[in-house]
Amino acid sequence: MKRTGAQIVMECLAREGVEHIFGYPGGANLPLYDTLPQYPQIRHVLVRHEQAAAHAADAYARVTGKVGVCWATSGPGATNLVTGIANAWMDSVPIVCITGSVVSWLIGRDGFQEADITGITLPITKQNYLVLDVDDLAETMREAFHIASTGRPGPVLIDFPRDLQQQETEFVYPEQVNIPSYSPDVEIESGQIKKAAQLINEAERPLILAGHGVIISKAYDELKELAERANVPVICTLLGLGGFPGSHELFMGMPGMHGMYWNNIAIGEADVVMGIGMRFDDRVTGRLKDFAPNAKIIHIDIDPAEIGKNVKTVVPINGDVKQALTDLNPLVEPAKHPAWLGRIRDLREEHPSIVVPNVDNLLPQYVIKKIYEMSGPNPYIVTGVGQHQMWAAQHFWSDNRASFITSGGLGTMGFEVPAAIGAQFGRPKDLVWSICGDGGFQMTLQELATCVEYELPIKFAIINNSYLGMVRQWQHNYYDKNLQSVRMFQPDFVKMAEAFGMAGLRVSEKEQVEPAIEDALRHPGPVLIDFEVEQEEDLYPAMPPGASLAETIDQPTFEEQPEKVKSR
Amino acid sequence: MSTHTIVALVENRPGVLNKIASKWRQRGFNIESLAVGHSEVPGLSRMTFTVDGTLNDVEQVSKQMDKVIEVVKVVDLTEHNMVHRELAMVKLSATPKQRGPILEIVDIFRAKIVDVSAESVIVEVTGTEEKVDAFLEMVGPYGVAELVRTGRIAMTRGPNAPMTIDKSKIEEHKFRAAGEGKAKIGTLI
Ligand SMILES: Cc1ncc(C[n+]2csc(CCOP(=O)(O)OP(=O)(O)O)c2C)c(N)n1
Ligand SMILES: [Mg+2]
Repeated sequence: MKRTGAQIVMECLAREGVEHIFGYPGGANLPLYDTLPQYPQIRHVLVRHEQAAAHAADAYARVTGKVGVCWATSGPGATNLVTGIANAWMDSVPIVCITGSVVSWLIGRDGFQEADITGITLPITKQNYLVLDVDDLAETMREAFHIASTGRPGPVLIDFPRDLQQQETEFVYPEQVNIPSYSPDVEIESGQIKKAAQLINEAERPLILAGHGVIISKAYDELKELAERANVPVICTLLGLGGFPGSHELFMGMPGMHGMYWNNIAIGEADVVMGIGMRFDDRVTGRLKDFAPNAKIIHIDIDPAEIGKNVKTVVPINGDVKQALTDLNPLVEPAKHPAWLGRIRDLREEHPSIVVPNVDNLLPQYVIKKIYEMSGPNPYIVTGVGQHQMWAAQHFWSDNRASFITSGGLGTMGFEVPAAIGAQFGRPKDLVWSICGDGGFQMTLQELATCVEYELPIKFAIINNSYLGMVRQWQHNYYDKNLQSVRMFQPDFVKMAEAFGMAGLRVSEKEQVEPAIEDALRHPGPVLIDFEVEQEEDLYPAMPPGASLAETIDQPTFEEQPEKVKSR
Repeated sequence: MSTHTIVALVENRPGVLNKIASKWRQRGFNIESLAVGHSEVPGLSRMTFTVDGTLNDVEQVSKQMDKVIEVVKVVDLTEHNMVHRELAMVKLSATPKQRGPILEIVDIFRAKIVDVSAESVIVEVTGTEEKVDAFLEMVGPYGVAELVRTGRIAMTRGPNAPMTIDKSKIEEHKFRAAGEGKAKIGTLI
């Protein structure tokens, strides 16, 4: 069967079960666009900036568990993908990016719109390819999906010259992938599992730190079984939120820099800490040498390079989380840990951490909490980066699996808009909220057009504090109140929404919050709500940079609040 | 901090060296020496790196290296009982009168003269870095016009062979060498 290079790309995508491509055309990928009508089962989504294509593919992958696909033209198209690729890399998200490149005879000669994208993305891709022979293409495509989605997932990029897209060859789809140097299925050492079980069985004050790996390996049930068996409280990292039911009595919320105060104290007291599918990021551990000083650490991760990278592990377990927990659970003896659970209950009562102060002003946390309360059990929550992100994470106590979509490792402002688009394409029937910062929103707001064009009923909530709030807080607290370049003039977001052809609402009073959310939920199409919130609200708990978990500053009580807050 | 000898078996494909070197660069390491060539397995190259660092840091980078898709195996040979060598070629300015004393040094070091002209000789010397250093110190006064060193290559002593790979794996899989029937573009790359 003779096919052109472009057709082979599409044939392979179809065989991988791809239904959506987020992309943007240009000279170097026109042959790909030319074939689109021949493959009606694959829908191309035209974004307004290539960064959005990568973020959309990323969020799509997170909500569906499938590989997300994006493509772009050479040069500027390819470089615009870079932030999105780095984001997927840091958060271990499987995406395949296909860039058209200049015709093969111009490669390396500074051809028009040439960028060495395989060189540029080398440190932020799990694998990348420059295809120089159409006969290699089918195998490369197959490998790309295999590598992106197995082991520790990650982005893969294929750079494909335009002339080869038009070149014909015999299309043979490889039956299987054969990469001798890559073996993602690691066998779990049963000795290590036994050691872990013994530690857990002997533990008096055990804790689970569950990360993104639980969601990636779909180990929801296994994690729940482990926690319930031995009554171990479960702390979820930012990306682990949605891996354990929020309504479960053992669920403890998030740890770390803006995590629950009780968690940061409990980690210091625990005698066994099990890191499951997480990587002991500095935002989680605080000052490393003071992290979990009383605990023996068990670390389960698919990536051997993560084990021992940041913390000293007593029992390292290299392997897939689901498999490891399946092996481990039968060896774990039922336990109650009444004293420990009691201690945690006391901590939680003494330091409730995320109580929304009952004031007349419109507080950002109040808005976020109301959104959760009013959206039913199964919304997907997409956030930007900053204070609003952390408030959203603190108040996320949902049971909906893999429904908290945020930029964790890279912390990419502007993620909120395109990622919501990807999430809505992945979950067309479900409610998707995009919780936006007024700063981050302006980095990718052009995608409102995409949203309207494809009739995506996304609800955008701009937590508008007229500040780069997170940075304002840092400057205020750690740079002697020297506020520089954080105050922002904002356009009229409501008019802007209307100009894009979607509904816009403004909320500036507390009483307006519920009716506005109700209106938004009732409206069948996309809605933007501009919540003009208290501008200088600080985010707590907060662990100062360089501090240890034990030095976390809890939410001030009303009496401790500065005058400006008390006088509200 | 100590010097580590890291050996990697990798598929001989474009960009692999770049990817691996990048893992060291990203973590601020300076690669002290690097030698690359074919291994006993068709399609696989063997790379020998020497780097200075703490055991923990070097271990971290080695693990990152191992994650590069084309990398088949990475071993830190430092703690193994190993033989390691380096080859150097030195061009010395040598008038016929000076050749005698140079030859003497060459003899002591069991080095070899591989080129002679009226005003120069090229000497080839093999050994540990220390031996090569000592040789260079001795011939230094005669004027080193040019020097090239290959960087360390290393192998464990005795039957113990941590770098070998499962023979069945070799038969089962064909490691994919570069350029097998592949179109080459341009002459630049
Ligand atoms: C692309 C990018 N640039 C800069 C930053 C640094 N940064 C982190 S949070 C933040 C402020 C975000 O402001 P906004 O989106 O309004 O959210 P808020 O903190 O006010 O809720 C900035 C500038 C970043 N994370 N990403
Ligand atoms: Mg803001």
